[in-house]
Amino acid sequence: MGRYVIRRLLQMIPVFIGATLLIFLMVNVMGDPIAGLCGERQCDPATAAQLRSEFGLDKPVWQQYLTYMGNVFTGDFGTAFNGQKVTELMATAFPITIRLTIVAIVFEIIIGITLGVLTGLRRGRPVDSGVLLLTLVVISVPTFVTGLIVQLLLGVKWNVISPSVSSAAPLGELIVPGLVLASVSLAYVTRLSRTSIAENTRSDYVRTAVAKGLPRHRVITRHLLRNSLIPVITFIGTDIGALMGGAIVTERIFNIHGVGYQLYQGILRQNTQTVVGFVTILVIIFLLANLLVDLLYAVLDPRIRYA
Amino acid sequence: MRRATHAKWAAGALAVALTATACGGGGGSGGGADGVLSSSWGDPQNPLEPANTNEVQGGKVLDMVFRGLKRYNPKNAKAENMLAEKIETTDSTNFTITVKNGWTFSNGEKVTAKSFVDAWNYGANLTNNQRNAYFFGQIDGYTAVHPDSGKPTATTLSGLKVTGPQTFTVKLSQKFSTWPDTLGYAAFAPLPSSFFKDHAGWLSKPVGNGPYTIDSYTKGSQMSLRKWDTYPGPDKAQNGGVDLKVYTDNNTAYTDLTAGNLDLVDDVPASQLKNAPADLGSRYINTPAGIIQTLAFPYYDKAWNTPDAQKVRTGLSMAINRKQITETIFQKTRTPATDWTSPVLGKDGGYQAGLCGKACDFDPAAAKKMIADGGGLPGGRIQLTYNADTGSHKDWIDAVCNSINNTLGNDRACVGRPIGTFADFRSQITQQKMPGPFRAGWQMDYPLIQNFLQPLYFTNASSNDGKWTNAEFDKLVNEANAESDTQTAIKKFQQAEGVVRDNMAAIPLWYQNGSAGYSERLSNVELNPFSVPVYNEIKVS
Repeated sequence: MGRYVIRRLLQMIPVFIGATLLIFLMVNVMGDPIAGLCGERQCDPATAAQLRSEFGLDKPVWQQYLTYMGNVFTGDFGTAFNGQKVTELMATAFPITIRLTIVAIVFEIIIGITLGVLTGLRRGRPVDSGVLLLTLVVISVPTFVTGLIVQLLLGVKWNVISPSVSSAAPLGELIVPGLVLASVSLAYVTRLSRTSIAENTRSDYVRTAVAKGLPRHRVITRHLLRNSLIPVITFIGTDIGALMGGAIVTERIFNIHGVGYQLYQGILRQNTQTVVGFVTILVIIFLLANLLVDLLYAVLDPRIRYA
Repeated sequence: MRRATHAKWAAGALAVALTATACGGGGGSGGGADGVLSSSWGDPQNPLEPANTNEVQGGKVLDMVFRGLKRYNPKNAKAENMLAEKIETTDSTNFTITVKNGWTFSNGEKVTAKSFVDAWNYGANLTNNQRNAYFFGQIDGYTAVHPDSGKPTATTLSGLKVTGPQTFTVKLSQKFSTWPDTLGYAAFAPLPSSFFKDHAGWLSKPVGNGPYTIDSYTKGSQMSLRKWDTYPGPDKAQNGGVDLKVYTDNNTAYTDLTAGNLDLVDDVPASQLKNAPADLGSRYINTPAGIIQTLAFPYYDKAWNTPDAQKVRTGLSMAINRKQITETIFQKTRTPATDWTSPVLGKDGGYQAGLCGKACDFDPAAAKKMIADGGGLPGGRIQLTYNADTGSHKDWIDAVCNSINNTLGNDRACVGRPIGTFADFRSQITQQKMPGPFRAGWQMDYPLIQNFLQPLYFTNASSNDGKWTNAEFDKLVNEANAESDTQTAIKKFQQAEGVVRDNMAAIPLWYQNGSAGYSERLSNVELNPFSVPVYNEIKVS
C-alpha cells in the first residue's frame, strides 16, 4: 500500500508540470496583459516597459515558466496586478470555496445516495419514475438558470435568504449556493447509485445475506451499499476538483469571493500569475482527490489490493 | 464502528443545515447625519494611488478621500477652486499657484505647497510605474524624469518650484491656457509625507484630505469609509459614511438592491435597464456623463487612408440608425451623438449639438450612394472589432452591422469581430492589427473640449488608436492651447473639431449616460459628469 501511494505521488509530478505548462502557454497566447492595464488609452511606452519588466513579461515564455516554477517551489506565487500577493488572494479565496465545496459534497452524499438507494430498491415504482424525471430536469437545466431562479425566489420574492453572500461567507449563507452548485452532480449521483444498487440486489452475495436471515437494514448497508458505492465514490472524487474549478458560475451569481471569482478576474485581466497560481493548486487538489478515491476502493472492497 | 461515524456525519450535516437560518445582510445603523450607506463597488485594477488610478472604481474612492486644487462642479462640470487660493499666469506657460491655508490631511498634517510638488514629482517619475504619469507631461523637465526609453536622469520635475510654504510655481514646456482646469483630476491630488515614508502602510489604508477617511480596507471585498468630522472643506459629508462592497457581478448588486440589502448601485446592468424604471421608479437615475462612443478606423491600413475612403466613412455613418439602437438596445441610456464631444461640457464648454450635420442622420439612400461613390467598402466587406468580455458590446455592434447591411442590401457587408478579453483587444490595437473599423470609447479625464480632441486625434497622441493625422487639425489645436483667453481657445478647438468632421476621422455613435439606482433610505443622490455618485451629498434617513 505504501509503495503504491509513493508511486502514485511520483506520477503526479509529470502531470503537474504538464498541466501548469499548458496553462502558462494558454494564458500567454492571449496577448499582452499590460495593454489592458491602462484602460482605453495606450500605456505610455516607458511605463509599459517598466511594468513588463516588473512582472517579468519581457523575457521569453520558457524563461518565464522556469522562473515561475522555481518560485512556486519556494512558495512564491508572484504578485497580482493590483499589487497583492497571489498567496494572499489564495488565503482568502480557497477557504471560502472549500467551504462551498464541502456543502455541495455533503448534499451530494446525503441526498444523492439516499435517493439512489430509495429508487434502486423500488425500481419501476412511482417513486423511481418520479425521481428519475426530477433528476432529468435538474440535469437538463443549466446551473446559472437554477441559480438565478433560486436567488430570485428565495432572496427577493420570499426573503428567506439574502440574495448575495457577505464577504466573510459563513457556512450558513453557503447552504443555498452549495445546493445550486451540487444540483447537477447530485442528480448524477442519484442515477449512478440507483443503477448500481438495482444491479447488485440480484447478486449472489445479497441473496446469501438474505438467506442467512440478516435484518434488512444490515443487508442494505453492509452488503448491498458497500459494494454499490464504488462507482459513486469515483464520481464524487473527481467531482471535488470539478466543483472547485466549476464554481465560477455559482460564485458570480451569489457574490462569493472564492476561487471561481479570482479565476474569472484573473482571466479577464489576463493576469498570468493569478490564473496559473490558482489552477496549479486546483490541479494538485484534483490529483489528491483521485488518489484518495483509489485508496478508498480498497476500503470498500477488500478484494481490491494495491501491491 | 463504521456505522457510528456515518451517523455522526449525518448528524453534523443536519446541524449545519439547521443553523442556516436566514440571516439577512441589512443596511447600516440608523439614519440622519450618522447614517451609513452601502454601495456597490468593483475591485480596483491597480494599486490605489492618485497617479496610478485610471478606472472608475478606484477613482470613486479617490473622489471621496482626496480634494485637489480644483474640483469639478458635480452639476455643471465647471472647474472651481478647491484648495487653490489662486492660480495666476500672464503667458499661459508660467503659473503661480497659492494653496489655501487651513487645510490638513486626516492625520493632522498640514496641506502645503510641498504636498503637491512632492506628489507630482512622484507621479511623474518613471521608476514609480504610475499609470497616469503622462498627466504631468506638460510640465517642464518631464522627459528627464520620464524618458521614452532608458533610465530617468532626474527625480524631480525642473518646472516645479516651491516658493513659499503655501506657494509654488509651475513652468510648462509649451503654452496651455486651459491647463489650470485640468487640475481637478485625481492624479493631481496632494499626498501626505506618510505616503513616502511608509508606502506599503499607506497603500493598505490610504490617508487623504477629503470629506471621508478610510476606516478599514479588505482588498477584494470591502472598503469602509467614514465621515471625517473635522474636515475643513466646504463640502462636508451629509452622511455618516459609505461601505463600498465588491460585487462579483453587477447583476447580483442590482438583485441585492431590489431585495433591500444594498443602498446604492451606480452601474445598472444592461439586462436590467428595461426593468429599472418599474422596479425603482424615481429612484432610478439616468443622466448624461462625459463619455462618447465612436467607431475608429485603422489609418495605417492603406485601404482606409484614401480620399475615397473618406466618402465610405461618411456613408457608413449615415447608414447607422442611431436613434433606433439607443432606444431598443440601450433603453435610452445613450443619446445619438451629433458631435465629437459630450453634452456635459455645455455650450460654453465647447459642445455643439448638430455639428455633425447630415453625416450623422440615418439616410439609407444617401448612404448607399456615398459608399458607392467612394468605390464601395474596402475589400467588399468590413469587420467591426470589439471585446466581448465586458459591457454589452456584442449587442450594439450586431445592431450597427444590421443597420449597415440593411442599407446596403447585402447580408455580408458588415460582420462583428469579437475578441475574448479587453487586454487582448487593447494589445491588438496597439500592435496596429485592426482589419477594419473598431469600437472606441472615450471617458473624459476632465471636462474640457481639449480632452475630447487632442488625446484622440492629434498626431501620435496617447489615444489616437487609429493613427489619424492631419496637419490642419494639429495646427488648430496648438493655436488653441496657446490662446490665453479661454473662450477664444474653445472657438479654436471647435474649428479643429470641424476638421475631424470634414474628414469623418471617427464615426460618432452616441453619448453615454450614467445610470444608478438607490434604496428608499437615501435621498439627494446624483451622479457627477464622470458618472460617479456624489457621495458626500447623499442623505440617509
